[in-house]
Amino acid sequence: MKTIDERLLETVADLHGVPQGAYNIRKNGKLLDRKCEAGINITSKTDKPGIDIRIDAGIKNKSVHIPVIVTEDELNDLVYNDFYIGKDADVLIVAGCGLHAEGAGNSHDGIHEFFLEENARVRYVEKHYAEGKEDLDKVLNPQTILHLSKNSTFVMETAQLGGVTYSKRYTVADLKEGANLQIKESILTEFNQKAITEFVVDLNGENGKVNVVSRSVAKGNSEQKFISQISGNAKCFGHVECDAIIIDNGRVTSTPALTNLSPDAELSHEAYLGKIAGEQLIKLQTLGLSKPEAEKAILDGFLK
Amino acid sequence: MLSLKNISYKVDGKEILKDITFDFELGKNYVITGANGCGKSTLAKIIMGILPATSGRIFFDGKDITNLDITARANLGIAYAMQQPVKFKGLNAKKILEYATKSNIQTKNACEYLSKVGLCARDYEKRDLDNTLSGGELKRIEIASVLARNATVNVFDEPEAGIDIWSFNGLVNIFNKSLTTNNMNIIISHQEKLFKMADEIILISDGEIKLHGKPETVLPAINNFNTCSKLEVNE
Repeated sequence: MKTIDERLLETVADLHGVPQGAYNIRKNGKLLDRKCEAGINITSKTDKPGIDIRIDAGIKNKSVHIPVIVTEDELNDLVYNDFYIGKDADVLIVAGCGLHAEGAGNSHDGIHEFFLEENARVRYVEKHYAEGKEDLDKVLNPQTILHLSKNSTFVMETAQLGGVTYSKRYTVADLKEGANLQIKESILTEFNQKAITEFVVDLNGENGKVNVVSRSVAKGNSEQKFISQISGNAKCFGHVECDAIIIDNGRVTSTPALTNLSPDAELSHEAYLGKIAGEQLIKLQTLGLSKPEAEKAILDGFLK
Repeated sequence: MLSLKNISYKVDGKEILKDITFDFELGKNYVITGANGCGKSTLAKIIMGILPATSGRIFFDGKDITNLDITARANLGIAYAMQQPVKFKGLNAKKILEYATKSNIQTKNACEYLSKVGLCARDYEKRDLDNTLSGGELKRIEIASVLARNATVNVFDEPEAGIDIWSFNGLVNIFNKSLTTNNMNIIISHQEKLFKMADEIILISDGEIKLHGKPETVLPAINNFNTCSKLEVNE
């Protein structure tokens, strides 16, 4: 039988025991464990809750795990984490937050600011999950603020895996010339849950590139709002895709906005909201899956 | 093996299929043909359980399967290749082959199935079945997903539709190679090249079986029955 902590850490950060490489594990607003490595330094902030993570120039093929778990009732955990990624570095950062509420609701607001130097590359994986009594508030408000220098790359894979009763995610980025931002977001809501996700991206340099793919599944009476504002201030490329599968009485609003501040900006968006296509269910049934199995296969694939 | 007894299908008062009775035997390639709108695809869907027959019964190896749903028929041993392959955001060829074979497959197994339809597994196993693939590529993966099931009755609804340069020779090879004494292929087609490889051709016209038999007996008479519209025989 796994402990709550083990299960939460496994779900949000794929952790089985102590992670490899550098890590900082935060539980109920306090540091649980930390390990630095050569070229990767993690220090606690002195003016507010949170940590500074400094990755030296040229550090490659290293990972940093910084999961947060909240298991105390009525705890509203607020944390500011800043990441300074040196020139030419190439790292994997695994964040994520798991909430567990039994007697009263709890929440976590993780405000993450990234400063990527020239040519730096980050793959950022962030999963959010909550469990415990369904009628208790389990709230997550993650903010990701990105400053991408010349020719840097940020690949963000973010997923809200279920159980979160309310979330407001805010992702804002400014891109210098040749910078590349790739975002893939998956959000699952059910029951009476609400999720809002907003992206604000400014392409401020020649050949900047952003691609946002948001996939959501809204079940029960849940509601989701997707907002994106992409502005191109130079010869650049931006694309936003928002797809939602609606189950039961789920409701999704998609509001993609594009602004070309330069005639050379090339920006596009596509959005589709609808039920699972009947033909998709039939195809999987002809392979021997039952209707519920087919539905699960389609949703799992869609959100993967 | 697969018996249709007095199958009829009506929609909005219009009779699409009228009293179809036919026994399909193991070890044979059947081609069902007829003009557009004459009920061929409807019959394929009724065999798979996608559409319910208005009246009549279907038997599989002596068992009445008329009231079984798609899943139950699939698990008994009926496979079905769609005329228009379905697109999936988030499901790739490997995953579809895993569902088809009910096992976790490795790249080399995916290769075995995909190479039968002329695709290289390494290029395709991880690609989603979405708009990034051409209609021809999707169609080949659709056919591979049916072959991978190793079913008793394989129904192919217009397998030639949308198939690209890979050509009909590839398709003919698939139907000949996949046929054993323990299975059968039922192919809905307009393609004369497929007629010639058939063990038996069934001509449907006005919702009825007008002719059936070996290609050499059916083909000469086929154009006398173009009552719906001109039969399209593409070279």
